[in-house]
Amino acid sequence: MQHVRAHVLICAGTGCTASGAAKVEAALREELAKKGLDKEIMVVETGCHGFCEMGPLVIVYPEGTFYVRVQPEDVPELVESHLYKGRIVQRLLYKEPVTHESIPNYNELSFYKKQMRMVLANCGHINPEIIEEYIAVGGYEALGKALTTMTPEQVVDEMKKSGLRGRGGGGFPTGMKWDFTRKAAGDKKYVVCNADEGDPGAFMDRSVLEGDPHRVIEGMAVCGYAIGADEGYIYVRAEYPLAIKRLRIAIKQAEDLGLLGENIFGSGFNFRLKIKEGAGAFVCGEETALLASIEGKRGMPRPRPPFPAISGLWGKPTNINNVETFANVPQIITKGADWYAGIGTEKSKGTKVFALTGRINHTGLAEVPMGITMREIIFDIGGGIPGGKKFKAVQIGGPSGGCLPTELLDLPIDYDSLIQAGAMMGSGGLVVMDETTCMVDLAKFFLTFTQAESCGKCTPCREGTKRMLEILTRITEGEGKETDIALLESMAKNIKTSALCGLGQTAPNPVLSTLRYFRDEYEAHIKEKRCPAGACAKLAGYQITDACKGCGLCTKTCPVAAISGEIKSRHAIDQSVCIKCGACMTKCPFKAIIKG
Amino acid sequence: MKTVEDLKRMREQFQSQTKLRHAGGIQIIVGMGTCGIAAGAREVMSAILDEIAKRKLQDVTVRQTGCIGMCEKEVLVDVVRPDEPRITYGKVTPAAVSKIIGEHVVNGRIVEELVVGKISQ
Ligand SMILES: Cc1cc2nc3c(=O)[nH]c(=O)nc-3n(C[C@H](O)[C@H](O)[C@H](O)COP(=O)(O)O)c2cc1C
Ligand code: SF4
Ligand code: SF4
Ligand code: SF4
Ligand code: FES
Ligand code: FES
Repeated sequence: MQHVRAHVLICAGTGCTASGAAKVEAALREELAKKGLDKEIMVVETGCHGFCEMGPLVIVYPEGTFYVRVQPEDVPELVESHLYKGRIVQRLLYKEPVTHESIPNYNELSFYKKQMRMVLANCGHINPEIIEEYIAVGGYEALGKALTTMTPEQVVDEMKKSGLRGRGGGGFPTGMKWDFTRKAAGDKKYVVCNADEGDPGAFMDRSVLEGDPHRVIEGMAVCGYAIGADEGYIYVRAEYPLAIKRLRIAIKQAEDLGLLGENIFGSGFNFRLKIKEGAGAFVCGEETALLASIEGKRGMPRPRPPFPAISGLWGKPTNINNVETFANVPQIITKGADWYAGIGTEKSKGTKVFALTGRINHTGLAEVPMGITMREIIFDIGGGIPGGKKFKAVQIGGPSGGCLPTELLDLPIDYDSLIQAGAMMGSGGLVVMDETTCMVDLAKFFLTFTQAESCGKCTPCREGTKRMLEILTRITEGEGKETDIALLESMAKNIKTSALCGLGQTAPNPVLSTLRYFRDEYEAHIKEKRCPAGACAKLAGYQITDACKGCGLCTKTCPVAAISGEIKSRHAIDQSVCIKCGACMTKCPFKAIIKG
Repeated sequence: MKTVEDLKRMREQFQSQTKLRHAGGIQIIVGMGTCGIAAGAREVMSAILDEIAKRKLQDVTVRQTGCIGMCEKEVLVDVVRPDEPRITYGKVTPAAVSKIIGEHVVNGRIVEELVVGKISQ
């Protein structure tokens, strides 16, 4: 066997595949063969690094050089210069948005420096389609340890001690849930992995399944042992074909090696896994709807109790956890609960993966310890707001969550602090907004989503969200009434307390939290028929600010004579006359006219 | 796979597959500047890779570097063992590779007659 001196890692996640990674890989293999380097250099397809916006990503080891936006045309130079002569191709390196510095090494990127990649440790660094690569970095040791040195009770205790809480949204203590299911009466039990991932903007579960599927499988198997289940289901939305493909390969490989199946590690424990593809309705992520969907029924929630731990799949005790929750399990078993509990805050342990989207320089996935502040996530890791714009708020927890304004940027983030601030961890989707985002419009956006996804089973959610949406729509169109804010608030409270499932119970959250922090914006829409962010098309107006020097240029420019004012004093626009042509704004030499 | 020992053996067997992606181990660095290549650096590199494969060495990474200003001494090969000075060998030929690897890389005995530089780290 030839000694392999270099590894070229090509990201084959969904993001990089979309930007052409497969063509780059083909070009690379061809070029290496042409130069006779194909035996000494190994090309490795990996999963997502969470930096998809910069894809296709290529990393060259042993140096660890990080190349971004690599195109097939770049490949000959990459091979000749770096792989043949050992010279880094400067122009393909990542440049920091603020300092414009070229960063050659993965670990030195500001995007990765403040992260603590535990769940994502292997994503982007191993080939997810080769089980040996997972085993080489310590894979399946947790399962081996649990099955051969621990009793199921000890596994449950370890999980309890670790303080891990469910990453699917609610933050329920995982060890406690396992304990309920373990103690539930019945011989037949199930383990279910929730990979429905319905939040708009969230893609952490997909990345874990694509980049490190064995970690989830191992976590589920440990759970099966702990609760006494011999069968598990992974419920994945059909829109995730790559995740499904990698899972199928991973399950097959694990079966072939005897890591799934009968008598695993000679312990007498049997465990099998099946994949169930979901149609991708948001409500199917709710656990009771999800279980109904696996059973082949319509994905509709049912009242709880009974909880799935007592009566789940086909009426049997069922432990359901999120992808990221299961992905945390192997390291807790191998490194111990005490180690894990040392990371994070008093009541929220470990790390959380966040998906950064919206008005932020580095969109992507960031895994950080609990207790980090939003400022660190958005400015240190996310690189701040593009285009010199000002930060306004961040929506956390998707349509079930709420927003945090500038004043809360230094709040240490964990499950409880977010609830107190009127938001929610949710799945960890972060949508960053700058000064040009209208908060009423934002609330409308999320409510439109939940409204469309409501399954229609109960009235408060079905009808209530529709009414709230109508009110929000009329406010953004300048038709809002003085009583609308109070009406929104009382409807929100009613829906929250009377809806059947979490979808309805949380649907009003974006409205309540924007009302809490940006009430003045609602009032400006209603009373002054003005959108301060200048985002609502029907309300967009022009305003003259204090910067006005009274030069009079705008008066001459306005085609409908909407501007008046004494020379050398501040001018004003008569909004009832203004036709919003914007001519005055471009003319003003002092930038005194703004949209909003 | 029947036991935890099987898993451990498998882990060890496949570790080299990913080890390269983590820092550490012994480094062999070949000068691949213009005159290095002209003097036969590529052939030396191939000989090094063959020798490592033949001896089934683990934990050795082979890297390249550009011109370091000693062009008349090419082909240049550096060997860095962890916590030891960086040794630069000059006028290395494919024939000399086996000796450098056998003596220095494997056994830590520097091949003095080929040394052209030492850098303590
Ligand atoms: C409308 C709705 C959608 C949900 N979507 C998801 C989802 O996509 N993924 C998920 O893991 N949990 C989702 N949940 C939460 C699940 O019901 C359940 O609490 C979770 O899967 C439990 O796993 P955990 O304890 O590991 O968090 C959703 C809940 C509601 C009410
Ligand atoms: S709250 Fe909404 S989604 Fe949930 S059961 Fe009722 S109608 Fe369906
Ligand atoms: S052009 Fe600008 S500075 Fe001059 S009067 Fe109009 S708003 Fe004021
Ligand atoms: S936007 Fe057009 S119509 Fe309105 S004040 Fe300016 S120039 Fe006049
Ligand atoms: S898919 Fe390549 S970094 Fe996400
Ligand atoms: S090219 Fe090798 S030292 Fe100059």
